[in-house]
Amino acid sequence: MAAIRQAIAVTWLNILNIRKRIAASLVAVIGVAAVVLVFAAVLSMAKGFERTMTSAGSEDTAIIIRSGSTAELNSGLSNEQVLIVANAPGVLKDGDQPVTSAELYVIVDIRKKSTNADANVPIRGVQSNAMEVRQNVQIAEGRMFEAGRNEIVVGRAAQQEFAGLELGANIKFGQSVWTIVGVFTANGSVSESELWTDVRVLQGAYRRGNSFQSVRAKLESKDSLQVLKDALDKDPRIDVDVMSEQEYYSTQAQPLSQFIRLIGYPLTVLMAIGAVFGALNSMYSSVSVRTKEIATLRALGFGPFAVLVSTIIESTILALTGGALGGAIAYLVFNGFRVSTLNGASFSQVVFDFAVTPDLLVQGLIAATIIGLIGGFFPAIRAARLPVAQALREV
Amino acid sequence: MKYFGLLWKNVWRKKVRTLLTILSVFVAFLLYALLNGIGYAFNVGADVANAERLIVIDKISLINPVPVSYMNRIASTPGVAAVTHASWFGGYYQDQRNQFAQFPTDPYAYFAMYPELNIPKEQLDAFASTRTGAVVGHELAEQFGWKIGDRIPIQATIWTKADGGRTWEFELVGIFSSSDPRGSSAFMLMHYDYFDEARAFGKGTVGWYVLRVNKGADPVEIANTIDAGFANSPNETETSTEAAFAASFAKQFGNIALIVQLILGAVFFTLLLVAGNTMAQSIRERISEIAVMKTLGFGDRSVLLVILSESILIMMIGGILGLAAGWFFIQGLSVEMGAFLPGIFLSPNALIFGMAFIVIVGVLAGIFPAVKAMRLTIVEALARA
Repeated sequence: MAAIRQAIAVTWLNILNIRKRIAASLVAVIGVAAVVLVFAAVLSMAKGFERTMTSAGSEDTAIIIRSGSTAELNSGLSNEQVLIVANAPGVLKDGDQPVTSAELYVIVDIRKKSTNADANVPIRGVQSNAMEVRQNVQIAEGRMFEAGRNEIVVGRAAQQEFAGLELGANIKFGQSVWTIVGVFTANGSVSESELWTDVRVLQGAYRRGNSFQSVRAKLESKDSLQVLKDALDKDPRIDVDVMSEQEYYSTQAQPLSQFIRLIGYPLTVLMAIGAVFGALNSMYSSVSVRTKEIATLRALGFGPFAVLVSTIIESTILALTGGALGGAIAYLVFNGFRVSTLNGASFSQVVFDFAVTPDLLVQGLIAATIIGLIGGFFPAIRAARLPVAQALREV
Repeated sequence: MKYFGLLWKNVWRKKVRTLLTILSVFVAFLLYALLNGIGYAFNVGADVANAERLIVIDKISLINPVPVSYMNRIASTPGVAAVTHASWFGGYYQDQRNQFAQFPTDPYAYFAMYPELNIPKEQLDAFASTRTGAVVGHELAEQFGWKIGDRIPIQATIWTKADGGRTWEFELVGIFSSSDPRGSSAFMLMHYDYFDEARAFGKGTVGWYVLRVNKGADPVEIANTIDAGFANSPNETETSTEAAFAASFAKQFGNIALIVQLILGAVFFTLLLVAGNTMAQSIRERISEIAVMKTLGFGDRSVLLVILSESILIMMIGGILGLAAGWFFIQGLSVEMGAFLPGIFLSPNALIFGMAFIVIVGVLAGIFPAVKAMRLTIVEALARA
């Protein structure tokens, strides 16, 4: 007990006179802050991207693409195949009509505002049930397109990122001119990066005849996925992959988010090593500046344990202060920062916001604590082992 | 240089502190090299792109095919020296994670178009005469352990065969490499004729055309002529130089460069603080020594230079080691990840900038303590000590 009381007293003393060593302490704090800032900023990219991708997928909607095609863009389904899917067991029916949307997913070059260069913007041809098979898609401005006309509704995120997509504007691709008649929101999901139009019109414009690329089917319940899968697997007329929309989107998100993590974590580790050197430097100098003080304390009867613990605690407090600072800056600067990038898995642009989530901040603070403990440990040992008589004589 | 001995002694007067500073500088420049090398891959070969080569794609989007019948019309455009075409196959080897680029094309024309790709003559002849033959870049051959004569099954994600199959088997007849260290050869080439005949749909189209203009011809004018020729047809085209095409594609990734710069900014800022603080501390401890130096006749300028050089020397030791380690890592990474992220490369420019940063950071970190030391008067300094 006495040792702990001593440790607390010495720690308190250290904290009180920290401003005598303010420069070295600040360097340690800022070093750790930079680590946490970079960590949170890089990983918030992966978090935001994943959130955008996965919030689009629901468990009770199935997506059906041609077997072996890794994404909608690569897939192809004939009208007959689409009808077989729509009438398969497990698909929810509204009256006697299946709740499905057969869709075409293509790409059009549109200028990205931030880079002023053409980007692969996805344009999706949908059927009238498009809103029914998806959750949370709503027209926020204007109106839905009319079937059979060259009209487009644009996702809110796409409208903000890409040029010339204002409500009422005309855009030309190929030989046809399209009018933007509405803007939709989709709860920040990947759908908001897309442009939608009537699938029949899009088939004509892209000369796709009567073919589609995917079918989205509302399921009777999420357990019906297996029923639908089994039925379509057995059907010799058709060779398709069936998965829940959630599964589909997490597969689409995986390569890019994995890549960001692959960069982000080693980057953080390297920077953290740099910060440990900074913290060590600062604590060694703190110990050497306090040589007289530590020796006096020891002469007064304070044990080596109290000196050891107090040095480690001081270092940890400095590191945590830095961690909190870095986390706060990351949150203020990067949270909600909107970017658009090419998702290799779908070969099209995805607009997403950086997300500095609580778990990232917690991980950042854990990293800071580790840096603080390591940075304090070795100097603490030196402080505890200080030969008292010699140290006092030196002064 | 005559002060080098003094410098060296000063640098190591507190071994642990100097070592820690050098190590953090080392880490910072290692990061600099790694981020630059990986960032380079996102520029999609824009530096390697050749200004005499033009790319012709569909005007609406790169994903739309163009008719193979355009070949002759493009070839007969005045100023065009040679033309070939390629298509996107989009397959993978064994596992979906093993995706890399495959292009069905015309063997002789393709290698003639890209003289920087080197392949032994007899392997090229074998490629041209083997209908189901394929050639790959050495990165892929190393990655997957392929040897000439192997049969390589590629799973198609787009192109089902007319018989309904999705597995295309190719015989490996050659391995090529790029003579440009910045360029990647991590792709596979196959016969367009075989591909077009065997695929179930899309027959008679190609992905894009590549052409080379005559020396001295104006690429922009030729691009305009080609596009005008196909205007108002069902497949309008967009022709751009290879360099413009690559630069524009690189921009699709968004502000990767900006993000990398932000990270580097944070790293250098921290580094500067650590180094600056070390220098300041070390000068504070040495005030009496500086006074003695001045008493012995060292001028103000000499004192300034000695201290500045000390700071730069510490930066150089850590920085050069960091850049060197980064360079080795990047060499390894570009082989290891070559198939999946082609184009990892640490450019000489990045190294030169790195060296410049070393000096700049060294000067910034040392300048305040150095000026302080220069201004010290002997009497004051001796009194303080």
